[in-house]
Amino acid sequence: MAAAGPLLDSFWQSLLTLVFFYAFMGLTWNLMMSAGLLSLGHGLFLGLGAYATAVFTATGGLSPWISILIGAAISAAAGSAIAWIGGRFSVRGVQFALLTIAFAELARVLFDNWDFVGSTGGFFLKAINPDTNRPLLTLRGGTLFFYLAFVLITAAAYFLIRALMASRWGYRWRGIHEDEDAARALGVPALRSKVLVVAISAGLAGVGGGLFGFLQGSLFPDSIMGLRISIEVLIAPIIGGVGSLFGPIVGAFFVVPLMEGSNVLGQRMGFYGLNTLIYGAVILGVIAFLPDGIWPRIVRFVAARRS
Amino acid sequence: MTALYLNVISGGILIGVVYALIALGLTIIFGVMRVVNFAHGEMVVIGMYIGYGLWSAFKLPPWMLAPVAAALLFALGYALQLGIVNAFIDRPQHAQFVLFISFALMITGLHLALFGPDSWPIQTVESMQSYTIGPVRLDVLRSQAALMALLLIIVLMLFLKFSTLGRSIRAAADNLIGAQVIGIRVRKVYAVTAGIGMACAGAAGALIAPIFDTQPFLATDFTLIAFIIVIVGGLGSLTGALLGGVLIGLSEALAALMISPALKTTFSYALLVLVLLLRPNGLFGEPER
Amino acid sequence: MTKRAIPSRRDLLATGAGALATSILPRPVFSQGAPVKVGVILYLSGVQAFMGQQTRKGNDFGAKVVKEAGGPAMEFIYGDAESKPENGRIVAERLIREGCTLLIGTNDSGSTISVAQAAEAAKIPFLINIASAPQITEQGFTQIFRNFTPAGTLVGNAVARIKELGATTGVEPKTAVILHVNDTFGQGIMKGVDVLWDKQQVPIKILDRIGYDVRARDLSVEVAKAKAVGADLLMPITRVSDAILIIREMVKQNWSPMGIISPGSPGPYEKAFTDALGKYGDGYMSCVPWYNPTNKRAREIASRFEKEMDARFDLNAVFAFEAVEIAADAIKRAKSNEPAAIHAALKTTDITDHISYGGPIRFDEKGQNNNIGVVMLQNQNGKPVVVSPADASEAKAVFPFVPFDKR
Repeated sequence: MAAAGPLLDSFWQSLLTLVFFYAFMGLTWNLMMSAGLLSLGHGLFLGLGAYATAVFTATGGLSPWISILIGAAISAAAGSAIAWIGGRFSVRGVQFALLTIAFAELARVLFDNWDFVGSTGGFFLKAINPDTNRPLLTLRGGTLFFYLAFVLITAAAYFLIRALMASRWGYRWRGIHEDEDAARALGVPALRSKVLVVAISAGLAGVGGGLFGFLQGSLFPDSIMGLRISIEVLIAPIIGGVGSLFGPIVGAFFVVPLMEGSNVLGQRMGFYGLNTLIYGAVILGVIAFLPDGIWPRIVRFVAARRS
Repeated sequence: MTALYLNVISGGILIGVVYALIALGLTIIFGVMRVVNFAHGEMVVIGMYIGYGLWSAFKLPPWMLAPVAAALLFALGYALQLGIVNAFIDRPQHAQFVLFISFALMITGLHLALFGPDSWPIQTVESMQSYTIGPVRLDVLRSQAALMALLLIIVLMLFLKFSTLGRSIRAAADNLIGAQVIGIRVRKVYAVTAGIGMACAGAAGALIAPIFDTQPFLATDFTLIAFIIVIVGGLGSLTGALLGGVLIGLSEALAALMISPALKTTFSYALLVLVLLLRPNGLFGEPER
Repeated sequence: MTKRAIPSRRDLLATGAGALATSILPRPVFSQGAPVKVGVILYLSGVQAFMGQQTRKGNDFGAKVVKEAGGPAMEFIYGDAESKPENGRIVAERLIREGCTLLIGTNDSGSTISVAQAAEAAKIPFLINIASAPQITEQGFTQIFRNFTPAGTLVGNAVARIKELGATTGVEPKTAVILHVNDTFGQGIMKGVDVLWDKQQVPIKILDRIGYDVRARDLSVEVAKAKAVGADLLMPITRVSDAILIIREMVKQNWSPMGIISPGSPGPYEKAFTDALGKYGDGYMSCVPWYNPTNKRAREIASRFEKEMDARFDLNAVFAFEAVEIAADAIKRAKSNEPAAIHAALKTTDITDHISYGGPIRFDEKGQNNNIGVVMLQNQNGKPVVVSPADASEAKAVFPFVPFDKR
């Protein structure tokens, strides 16, 4: 996949970069979901990572590599706090989901009014000089650079999460998802497990956010930690298949070209709203007819063919 | 100074009553069927467009048009529930969530395609008027909207309390299996519930149309406000929705005045967090059985 | 590593798609004699579509007029940034991929900076038609050319106009309250106000600054707060919809200050505003760049525009139009559609006969045109007219403000 990159036109590179961004974010979201924790405010972790990385690099003058780590740490801390608070007060199910929205919105409004990060006016990264820029140093570059970066982190996340899910933590998380009370009765440290899964999910999301911020070049609270992006992040994994490792990746490959394609179609036809309409309709179709998502259906199809 | 506070407080209470109507619709849907209806705000916006359309066509004041919007949205809700949503009742929450998100996207897309992104203000003589009661100035349009909303809320509460259908709905909400055992046709009850819930949203939308300019992008705000009120007021609690609505309307206005207009939603979200943690059944909800 | 059947199938699919893609997507070709592709990035949908559509009309009209005058062949390709500032970059990149060698845009400071980043990376010249944020010319962008006033100039001129107003009418305001929108543009103007108030020792004291979200649908509390401050002047920094909301609230709350003077924001001069508010929209003043009503050609263009495009020739249209004329002038002198040639030609722009009010159009080393003038507009009988300075005015200012309840 990565090898194919340099062969592609920059348009396809841009598109695939976006695909891998959502695939990566979907993997992080899916991780939390494996323990039954529905995150409707994942933008919080994305946004915190993005802002921390951008601000520490641009205003703080730190190396972007260090800033990304700081961003991931801040997001992980936020995630742990939310998971701990939720666990401590036995907030479950839909209430937990609403809790994630509440924290995300609180953060968004605070950032909207925080002059240090530009508030609603936005935080802009300085333009890079294409002649003198060294991507590995600044973590910013052309289309090819970001494409490779996102492919890399997606692959890394995939293998990391695969390993985690196969470990005893993975069993604990799945146990909590199935039946938390039963799991507790069996001695699973529920609170610690939940805090851990959210911390990892959030920290990874922070990394993705940091890189995404560099890709965009400008950050606005509403677009990077708002409800809209929180929703965009979860559509790919749900469509692709919650609970499977590959689901989020497949989902992203489906959802992102759909999003972009309907945008282009809508603009070409001069039809506002056509993109949103198509996007919604297709998602409705998938969720209605492929309840477990696209990937499990593909797997079953292939398995049936084989037998 | 007192005049300022009185005006802001009264404005907040008035709009809070209308928010309460929206929340009522959601609490009925959410409380009875436990579905995460994230398209509720979009239903309100449909109501706004209906209100705007009927006003441009017939020049009737929007508060008269609320029942029309309610009827149309009842039909829509009923159809959607029977057609698609019933099939999702047993599905996991995230699937329900995506279902409603797809509805929301489609509705907003349709609005954009049919009506464009521009805001459409309703301009009547009353748009610039206010009632003066002593030092207090009450916005004419808000007052009319609030009164109509209150009327609809009371009618709805009476219906749910005293009519057979209403009691079936409450039975299904309280104890689903028990309700089926005694012969309540749950699918139909759910359809009516969805219809009523969306009718509330639609009516509220028609009432709001003259106050906030109609445009497709208001939907998410309404959805969020509705969820905040429903949780704070107590899931499934009708009085909770009413009192919660007024509380949120009031607190947002006061927060805007005393802290900063830009931060007014922080108070509502903070309240949401506190309620979720400390009193999950809401300030006015029933204690857990 | 274990071999898995499915990933390799996926790899195959992706490489195949890549190969297919490279074969079907044409690479842009620059050929002599072909029209120059000019990418125009605007908000054509979303909450700020009003303004974007009006700007587009100005652009289209400019294209028409240039063609009539025998100007160079230009092909305008529009990109919609959907009222989201970060989309500027994405749309610009798409337009550049489609072969645009000059970009024009965007009528919003946030997306302008975003587009500038893309232009800088691709070394494509970017002609800014409308955007006032000061940081645009302070970030070291080498490809930008801004034919619009930065916030500092807007505010500085506004202060001068207000002083003149006091001198000519004999009524001098002593205090002011500011209601401002909180986006990139609004903050830019606020910074300009802060800097200037310090430097020029303006005799008007700012009693309070009240900010609000650009998407706010309800400004009743904000207006109530502003009223309670009890200042002489209200100085709003707004967009169109919020300006309408503010006036409506002021009427409902019965607040008629000595004057409403905006130090450089859109809103009052736009058709949507005057249509929505009718007689209540009169008296509102705004200090903005505009077309020169004493220039014969400008007047002709204005009336032609109103007739042919069925719209008001407001600031959006004026500067969109002018950007096209500047582009045409540069392309004619460049005699090429290569970005570097157009960039060099833009750098040496010197146009004295233009429709906007101000001195000759020239860009300094940061890409800023420093000769743009700022007039004071006032809505009178539902139309914006220039009331100051004297060498451009069409009518006398009505000051102090006629109270709402006396209309």
